[in-house]
Amino acid sequence: MPKKDFENDEQTVDRLTHLGQKIKNQLKDPEEENLTIETKVRSKSNVNYDKDEGRLSLGDRYSTRKFLNISHARKFMQTLMVASKTKEFVNEGRTASIRELYYQLKHTVPGLDENTFEDQDESDGVVVDIETATGAIREDLHLIAEAKGSLFGPVTINDSGDEINCMKMGTSGLNIPSIVDHYEFVECEADFILVVETNAMVNRLVEEDFHKDHNAIILGTKGQPARGARRLINKMHNELDLPVYVFTDGDPWGYYIYSVLKSGSMSLAFQSDRLATPDAKLIGMTMQDIEEYDLHHVTENLKGKPEGSGGPTKDYKRIHDVMDYDWMQKEQWQKQFQKMLDMGVRVEQQALAANSLEFVANEYLPQKIEEKKFLD
Amino acid sequence: MSNEIEQEIQQESEHREISVAEFFEKNKHLLGFENAQKSIITVVKEAVDNSLDACEEDEILPELHVLIDEYDDKKCRVEIRDNAIGLDRETIPKVFGKLLYGSKFHKLQQSRGQQGIGISASAMYAQLTTGEPVTVYSKQKGEPCHKFIVRIDTEKNEPEILEDEKIDPESDEFPGDKDYYFDHGTTIEMNIEAKYTKGHHSIRNYLKHTAVMNPYARIVLREPDGNKIEYPRVSKTLPEKPGEIKPHLHGVELGVVMRMVDNSNARTISSFLQKEFTRVGRTSAEEILEKAEIDDGRRPNTLDKDEIEQILKAAQNTKLQSPPTDCLSPIGEDLVLKGLKKELNPEFTTAITRKPTVYKGNPFQIEVGLAWGGDIEQEGSFDELRFANKVPLLYKKSSCVTTKAIEEVDWSRYNISQTGNRPQGPLYILVHIASVWVPFTSEGKEAVANYDPIRKEMKLALQEAGRKLGRYIKRKERAEIQEKKKRMLTSYAKEMGPAIAQLAGEGDPEEIENQIQKMVKADYNPEQL
Repeated sequence: MPKKDFENDEQTVDRLTHLGQKIKNQLKDPEEENLTIETKVRSKSNVNYDKDEGRLSLGDRYSTRKFLNISHARKFMQTLMVASKTKEFVNEGRTASIRELYYQLKHTVPGLDENTFEDQDESDGVVVDIETATGAIREDLHLIAEAKGSLFGPVTINDSGDEINCMKMGTSGLNIPSIVDHYEFVECEADFILVVETNAMVNRLVEEDFHKDHNAIILGTKGQPARGARRLINKMHNELDLPVYVFTDGDPWGYYIYSVLKSGSMSLAFQSDRLATPDAKLIGMTMQDIEEYDLHHVTENLKGKPEGSGGPTKDYKRIHDVMDYDWMQKEQWQKQFQKMLDMGVRVEQQALAANSLEFVANEYLPQKIEEKKFLD
Repeated sequence: MSNEIEQEIQQESEHREISVAEFFEKNKHLLGFENAQKSIITVVKEAVDNSLDACEEDEILPELHVLIDEYDDKKCRVEIRDNAIGLDRETIPKVFGKLLYGSKFHKLQQSRGQQGIGISASAMYAQLTTGEPVTVYSKQKGEPCHKFIVRIDTEKNEPEILEDEKIDPESDEFPGDKDYYFDHGTTIEMNIEAKYTKGHHSIRNYLKHTAVMNPYARIVLREPDGNKIEYPRVSKTLPEKPGEIKPHLHGVELGVVMRMVDNSNARTISSFLQKEFTRVGRTSAEEILEKAEIDDGRRPNTLDKDEIEQILKAAQNTKLQSPPTDCLSPIGEDLVLKGLKKELNPEFTTAITRKPTVYKGNPFQIEVGLAWGGDIEQEGSFDELRFANKVPLLYKKSSCVTTKAIEEVDWSRYNISQTGNRPQGPLYILVHIASVWVPFTSEGKEAVANYDPIRKEMKLALQEAGRKLGRYIKRKERAEIQEKKKRMLTSYAKEMGPAIAQLAGEGDPEEIENQIQKMVKADYNPEQL
């Protein structure tokens, strides 16, 4: 495979070098008694919901990490080590997984009974710090995560010179890598994108030839979507001008997946413009489906305790959390959650099999699309 | 010596014939002889207290030997030697062969013996449990060494001398050996029923506490298994001798006054009050008698119990000056520190001697000491060292005012962790009350009563000492944190040097590291958090 050069490489190197220069200047300055790195605060308090854009964005609050502060020192050292290593990757045109990065940097700190990194969570966290501190995102830093998610449908993609026809992927589908920015769409005959939460449902739809019969791109996220899948949905929606329908379980976790795809997540709020797709709509499962398709007997009770009787805990707590987000205040969504609380049940995608295996492909989805019965 | 017991024995003998043996049997729980384990401690304690008092009286640096041998089941031979001035030939049999004979009953002076029950009680115990008499050797400077074997005639409460001879200093019988030869001193030997134990309630612990409080004494203990423990002398300064003081009408007890009226040679009650009590002048004496509605013209020994009670009540309502406080003999901060250091080998010590003050007309003075860290065990609760007039208190800790005062202090403010209201960690707390009249909770004289002025003084002293210890611990913790931080940052700098050089695209990694190390050094300040 050819070494990867990204169009941002030059800018990325500049950004990383700038960080290094800043530290070096602080060392030279006799007035300076400490070393500092500024990063944006990434907690909920610094996340805003932009109603017009329909996306989350990061506010302007900065936190200063200080080397001579005993609770910052370790992170400070780690940040410089990761930044320096990624600059090496970019310069060499190599990409590395975040796990490889962790192993490249992990060793015993000389003279101390501790490692530079004790586990991968530590280095993963530092990567996000560098993204907010420098403005260069993970992909720019030539870092890749595990591939997660699969894709089927009438679209042909050019990946580093190789053309992939996603209609000819059998039952496996295209494994979605963590970096998709270099993808070029050569050809596309799809009418819409169907994002599916569970792998089991993806398998069902592929077996029923849903993507062929309905000119659909099926994109499975295997639960909470990874950055690659979110970026790919955003890219296809914008470049191919395709509507996005999201198909999740009818529970607070499923609806949160939809919310992340649509508006972005809090921890990556600074990248919402690349990762969020505000036009995405939820096709199901909705609480109304339970009555509409007579699924009462295949619902499951919510776990945990409701508010007022020792709760809310577990599912109930999650409902209240998601209900309270600024970007979930639309009446139809509030109604949806209220109904879930009132009924005390959740409904899975697979519950549709109660009617027949092919029901979801032949009746449920086509009907919804035909009648434009979406939640937005 | 306990006045109540003495009174009782007087009263009882007035009513009917009672043998001292019977009396002893009836009161042995008050005298410290309730079981074999405690009895041997009491025997040693009585002898050691007496010896220390005697040495201090004549300004002799005390040298004490306690030798214990086991023979038979539950029987011990106890020998205690001192280097005090020694007793003359006439006194020896009385001191050891007449129950409740003492020299301290009628004077108010701070001494150890005040709370003891007299060495004759030990002799009585020996006689009753093993049937054997007591052997006493005593030598005064320039005089021959006398040996007496004495038993108590329990019917008459009189000494019965079985043997009386002079011992040649060169003879085998002379009480001394290579490392102990004395020109003056007393040795007593007795066989008693006893159980020699180790642990909290033990002779070892009693002597250790004694050694803390009397660092100018050298004490040697030989245990039954031959093991020798030396409690060394670390100071050659004796505390100042306490002065004598007359009782104060606001604090004196009825029984004491009843005895005083009998012994007084004053012609009138008014002159009795002025002569026998401190801070009573002519005006106050007349005021008291007027309030008590008692005629002044009588001789004091004509007063009956009710009338004395009236006088004391009237005195309570009469303003009298507080007693003088120069009669007290605290050991002083310096000796407290020395005592704690030599017996505990702690990392930090601090001591506070408060100014004398008064409860109920009785002068008293509080001293406290804290010993922390070093050889003191880290785990668990603190240890308490309680003293009344330099005598260790080993029993009834929970009902003692010292414990209450300790629990009233908020130790967490001094960086000492607490469980409930008891401090934890490597800590010894010493509390000493010096007074001519220590208020004990019971006849057993094992715990000091919880009187407000006493507890308050103890608390203030503990807080003052606690603040000093707290500052030390905090400084130490800060220094440790700073030290750890410096070590950490120094190591991190080694990782950062090359990273910054690579990231900046210029510069020498080593030079950058040196610059960081300089910054770390400038930041290091063990005095600051």
